Amino acid sequence: MVPQVPQTADIVRVLPEIIWCGFGVLLMLLQPFLKNRQVLTLFAMFGAAVGTLSTFFGRMGSGFFGLIQFDTFSLFFHWLLGLVAFLVILAADSYLERENLDAAEFFALILFATAGMGVLASAQELLTAFIGLEMSSISSYVLAGYRRDSVKSSESAVKYFLLGSFATAFFLYGIALVYGVTGSTNLALIANADPNSNLLRLGLALMLVGLGFKVALAPFQIWTPDVYEGAPTPVTALFAAGPKAATFALLLRIFTTIHAATDFWFWAFWILAALTMFVGNLGAIVQTNVKRMLAYSSIAHAGYTLVAFAAVTTLKSDPENGPWPAYAAILFYLLGYALVKVGAFTIVSEIGGQGERHLTLDDFAGLGTRQPFAAAAMSVFLLSLLGLPVTAGFFGKFYVFKAAISSKLIWLAVLMAINSIIGAYYYLRVIVVMYMREHKGELPSDTVPSLSPTAAMVVGVAVAATLYLGLFPNHILGIVLSPNLFASR
Amino acid sequence: MELSGHLLSVLIFFPAFGALALLFLRADDELWIRRLTFVVSVVEFLFSLILLRAVPIGAPGYPLVEYKPWITSPPINYHLGVDGISMFLVILTTFLTPLCVMASWKGIHHRIKEFHVMLLLLEVGIIGVFLSLDLFLFFVFWEVMLIPMAFLIGIWGHDRRIYAAVKFFIYTMFGSAFMLVGILWLYNLTGSLDLQTIQAYLQSNPGILSHRTEMLLFLSFFLAFAIKVPLFPLHTWLPDAHVEAPTAGSIILAGVLLKMGTYGMIRFCLPLFPEASHRAAPWVALLAIIGIVYGALVALVQPNLKKLVAYSSVSHLGFVVLGIFTFHAISMQGAVYQMLAHGISTGALFFLVGMLYDRRHTFEISEYGGLCAPMPKFAAFFLFVALSSMGLPMLNGFVGEFLVLLGTYQVHWTWATWAATGVILSACYLLWAYQRVFFGEVTHQKNRELHDADTREQWGLLVFAVIILWMGIGSPFITWRTKAPVDTVVEQTRSHYAEEAAKPAATPTSVVTTAAQQDSVRRVVSQ
Repeated sequence: MVPQVPQTADIVRVLPEIIWCGFGVLLMLLQPFLKNRQVLTLFAMFGAAVGTLSTFFGRMGSGFFGLIQFDTFSLFFHWLLGLVAFLVILAADSYLERENLDAAEFFALILFATAGMGVLASAQELLTAFIGLEMSSISSYVLAGYRRDSVKSSESAVKYFLLGSFATAFFLYGIALVYGVTGSTNLALIANADPNSNLLRLGLALMLVGLGFKVALAPFQIWTPDVYEGAPTPVTALFAAGPKAATFALLLRIFTTIHAATDFWFWAFWILAALTMFVGNLGAIVQTNVKRMLAYSSIAHAGYTLVAFAAVTTLKSDPENGPWPAYAAILFYLLGYALVKVGAFTIVSEIGGQGERHLTLDDFAGLGTRQPFAAAAMSVFLLSLLGLPVTAGFFGKFYVFKAAISSKLIWLAVLMAINSIIGAYYYLRVIVVMYMREHKGELPSDTVPSLSPTAAMVVGVAVAATLYLGLFPNHILGIVLSPNLFASR
Repeated sequence: MELSGHLLSVLIFFPAFGALALLFLRADDELWIRRLTFVVSVVEFLFSLILLRAVPIGAPGYPLVEYKPWITSPPINYHLGVDGISMFLVILTTFLTPLCVMASWKGIHHRIKEFHVMLLLLEVGIIGVFLSLDLFLFFVFWEVMLIPMAFLIGIWGHDRRIYAAVKFFIYTMFGSAFMLVGILWLYNLTGSLDLQTIQAYLQSNPGILSHRTEMLLFLSFFLAFAIKVPLFPLHTWLPDAHVEAPTAGSIILAGVLLKMGTYGMIRFCLPLFPEASHRAAPWVALLAIIGIVYGALVALVQPNLKKLVAYSSVSHLGFVVLGIFTFHAISMQGAVYQMLAHGISTGALFFLVGMLYDRRHTFEISEYGGLCAPMPKFAAFFLFVALSSMGLPMLNGFVGEFLVLLGTYQVHWTWATWAATGVILSACYLLWAYQRVFFGEVTHQKNRELHDADTREQWGLLVFAVIILWMGIGSPFITWRTKAPVDTVVEQTRSHYAEEAAKPAATPTSVVTTAAQQDSVRRVVSQ
């Protein structure tokens, strides 16, 4: 066998990951010399941006002998992840100052996690995916416990770590079984195996459990509210947006490559989708803590995304367009969702104040008069999560609906409609509290008078993007509807 | 011609620019905020009057359209159009909005700027709903309109405002979520979201919808509209929303928002799903008649004046639904007329009730009595509006109800008989309420010093009164213009049913109409 040497082109295809990691390492090295937090923030943002822009140099194709795949699909997710990292770093600036936390390590960990997610989004081989998963997970565990002196944060980290390791073990066991059946860990080769083999199904199911944990699918969602609530809020923003999108990307790549369009997977996704929607929405209704409510809402939104997965795997898929509209729906949905969640958590982080003590609904009362900008932006995000027109969330939901209905999944679409109505109740409640109730009693002395400028920038970008995607989705649709989404075909 | 090229867009978005301009005013500059809003809404009303010239009498299809591609996949177009029915509903909206500004001149004291911004944004949404010819665009406006309305109720309403706002929002969301599923299902079957294209497609492929599919699609649309109307078992949001809303909110809610439901039935349910409409008609009519009688009976026993007016809406809108679902040209004309007449009369009633509330801060009928003495002008106007609402000949309410009953009688005389009881009951509850409020001794000392309608209020009421009288006498002005679109709808509904019933009566007129409609679209595209 001829020894295989990576070409320059291969390296360029993982350039974003290399740059993100490089900047992470640099940040750690710079910390002793740079005391100015703002310089570090700028540096980290610069790193996130450069890494994202470096995708321009990569040429489409398979890299490292089939380990990774650089195509429109992975390009889209790299941009999404880079954008999320950029915004989260900017949003974290004022948070770190307020909570008096070290900046450099924090940003380095975000960049490492983003690099791991980047690997997930382009992995074409299961062990590579596993490495990406571990990279992003281990950084996430540390980030979740970054507020060391807070009990909740530590609890969050330990819970995430223990349950996350358990889930990773499932994923690894699944890989082992798949390897046992097919003799390969490369998705392209696994695709040649008999899809009806029970052992292969078991392996894939175990992998689904592992990844389902990461994206918080019911019944693997138990950790989500606690971890989301305990983690520093900018980190929660990252959790809700980045790892979720990257893991969904991997799931989508696995289940499209291995021709999973069988009744078995269809029903698996159907049931998971229905269950996840209901668990998330019903859980969110009873929450009085806004951060926790948003955590449950991200479970619900994982369920909506899964509806499109069910559309991908159904045998009755739209005969004219194939599964492409469903792919586009998933990608568009994840983009709109990520932006909204980053924006919403940024506001929550600012309103929370020192030590994140003001997170209940009552703390949001009267926000409409106290902070008109924050309240208006929060309303846009909530309406987008709710799925009201002229927001990104509406189009996301619309395309998922459309994908479900073109695949004749009328009942799943109806379940989704019912869930949207349940969702309307608790999203609306926050808006009602912000605008229609006055704050009871004196405001606590540490209430923030307005958003910090950096947070306001993040929120502004997120609002603008949400409305832009809601009014003029053509641009992004042109990308996600491209038939060359997976360039290898 | 230049202006009419974009007249519809101007109509929709002009209030939005007004709202934008409001944002530049200082929040404490109350007088100028009110003045600016008033001017914007009056100019908008004058714009909408251009439609009367732009839409020729008897023109088939949509004489005035706008068309621009918006989203590529699925093909969603910015497709607006106006015909005789939507024209008058738009004018009704633009007519009521300045009166809403007048009605809230004294009643709204806090967050005045936001209030007027919401009022103008609401107008944007409502006019958008009436002008959209693309199902998706229609849905967008339908949903967008919810937010300002919920805010109007929730921020500026009375004691139980939050409960009412959330109830209103959730009810409407419930209906529209299913409508979205229906729209997408329809898209999936026909490959288009454009109303006229879908209509033409369904007409040329009559077998494409199985009975069950058509019924489910019909129901998915009908549910959303029936909640909005509201039809009998779905009406429970209405008393709360109407009573808790500020006066301006109630005027818009009762005057225009409810008509969005009946408009939707005429524009979408009937022409798209004629066969299912026919099959559902007896049940719908049953609910409508229950609504007429039940609404009237509940209004009869209301101790709360505003709730009484709210329940009278349930009753009156029952006539509209009944008129639509008899599929008779006369009754449908009556339904359209009743939509307009009810908008004016009930708007005026809420205006009057709001004036009472501004003075005494209560809606309880028992708190009043003998108001004739301190407020003679007010009492006179109230009597006039109440008579129009109960359908006195020569006033606007009579024309609609009479046409509905006349048309219905020719098809199902039993339906007409039951519905006619509503006319009698409406006289009972309105006159009885009038007697309790205005006649007899002044029982409460406070009522003795109430001041009569001031100049601003008198002007508002005078405008209402003139329109009420004019609509009662000059009804042909409206019916001429609504005849062509109503006939088209009746034709579209009947021709299908005839085919379904295996009668070989081919109807070339409907084919001609659709061809003409498509032609007009093509003309606009090529421009």
